[in-house]
Amino acid sequence: MSTHHISVTINGTSYEGDVDSRTLLVHWIRDTLRLTGTHIGCDTTSCGACTILVDGKTTKSCTMFAVQADGRQLMTVEGLEQNGKLHPLQEGFHEEHALQCGYCTPGMMMSGLALLQHNPSPTEHEIRVGISGNLCRCTGYVNIVKAIQYAAEKMQAAEEVPVSAGQGGE
Amino acid sequence: MYGGDTLIPGSFDYLAAHSINEAVALLDQHGEDAKVLAGGQSLIPLLRFRLASPAILIDINRIDGLDYLREMNGTLHIGALTRESELDNSSLIRERYPILFDTSAVVADPVVRNWATVGGNIAHADPANDHPATMLALGARIVAVGPAGERVIPIEEFFTDLPFETTLHPNELLTEIRVPAPVQGSGGAYVKLERKVGDYAIAGVAAYITLDTNGNVSYAGIGLTNVGQAPIKARNAEQALLGKPLNDAGIHQAADLAAAASQPISDTRGPAEYKRDMVRTLTVRALRKALARATGGE
Repeated sequence: MSTHHISVTINGTSYEGDVDSRTLLVHWIRDTLRLTGTHIGCDTTSCGACTILVDGKTTKSCTMFAVQADGRQLMTVEGLEQNGKLHPLQEGFHEEHALQCGYCTPGMMMSGLALLQHNPSPTEHEIRVGISGNLCRCTGYVNIVKAIQYAAEKMQAAEEVPVSAGQGGE
Repeated sequence: MYGGDTLIPGSFDYLAAHSINEAVALLDQHGEDAKVLAGGQSLIPLLRFRLASPAILIDINRIDGLDYLREMNGTLHIGALTRESELDNSSLIRERYPILFDTSAVVADPVVRNWATVGGNIAHADPANDHPATMLALGARIVAVGPAGERVIPIEEFFTDLPFETTLHPNELLTEIRVPAPVQGSGGAYVKLERKVGDYAIAGVAAYITLDTNGNVSYAGIGLTNVGQAPIKARNAEQALLGKPLNDAGIHQAADLAAAASQPISDTRGPAEYKRDMVRTLTVRALRKALARATGGE
């Protein structure tokens, strides 16, 4: 068993620590750093409840060792809210009633975020493909799709404000 | 520290390699005690279930320049560390290698595909993995680097008759996959029947054909997923297609031979007879799609 010193940035904050080689990233995030917004569902790389962003890519944090995250930029569900203001995705999940038990929600939001970063106005099909690595056992996905559509519209509208104010596009 | 009901891998030493040479030196030093950690999307679950408990993991994710898709002189070179999501997002793959695009699109799910690698999918030699059948159909070659240098292994000599076993030596690293570039009259497809996104195939079939200028089949490759102990190359079905136009009778004859080559077992994904029947159906579909692509119909 080897021990490793790692430095990781999560939601813009630097964290350091010593981890055993076999420590899974999700356990380090939840049990050591106490960032418990990321959930553990199936423990078997199936459900996606533990989905976070690693260098911008959705990642099942139960299927990566903490040592592998050394030097990388992570984002967890706690990084969505900014200055007490909910992210459009969080607002969308609230407005569209996209959760019942809430267990899959953090992972769903991170997959939704990665999708919208690459595809700001996805079709319903593209949303369904985008969240196909995340299981929900309550909602039947209908309202989750609506929530991501809500966020897409809200984020698009926010993007358009500076353009109409004459600040130019890309 | 952790809850009693979480799945924790056994102890191991973690070593990160920063070059192919360093990885090979570590493999040469530790041999059978070591496993290579690429995307980890199959290996880490195996470690967590304690179905594997290597003493040492050699992480190759920090090796620069091992993820690439390059077409040169009639060959597509795929770096072993290329993520499935890179195939998903590559216009070269979508336009020139639709059979590879079909394949990566059905590997596990989009989150897994961000880390899962093409090299890992093949080197793991799980008969349920999708790339082995596709690479068998394409007639790919595997590049392995060991202490004595590089060797190139035809894909049909890479797998054995046993699951999770390859002809790689313990001190060799799979570094590249070489796929023949499409020629005039060639086309292929991969079709997979799965219960849900993220599951292994009930059955999967890859087909690749080339038609000569007279419209006769000059190359045929058919690979089968998850219907045997190892990835299956349906040789009799391939042979039956050669030298003739690809018509409906020929497609059905090849499909019967592919079904006969399958050796499925009954499990939670269905009884053996059902799976064999699905191999027949999927072979018909894969060959029709390959034909459409070979003749510019898609």
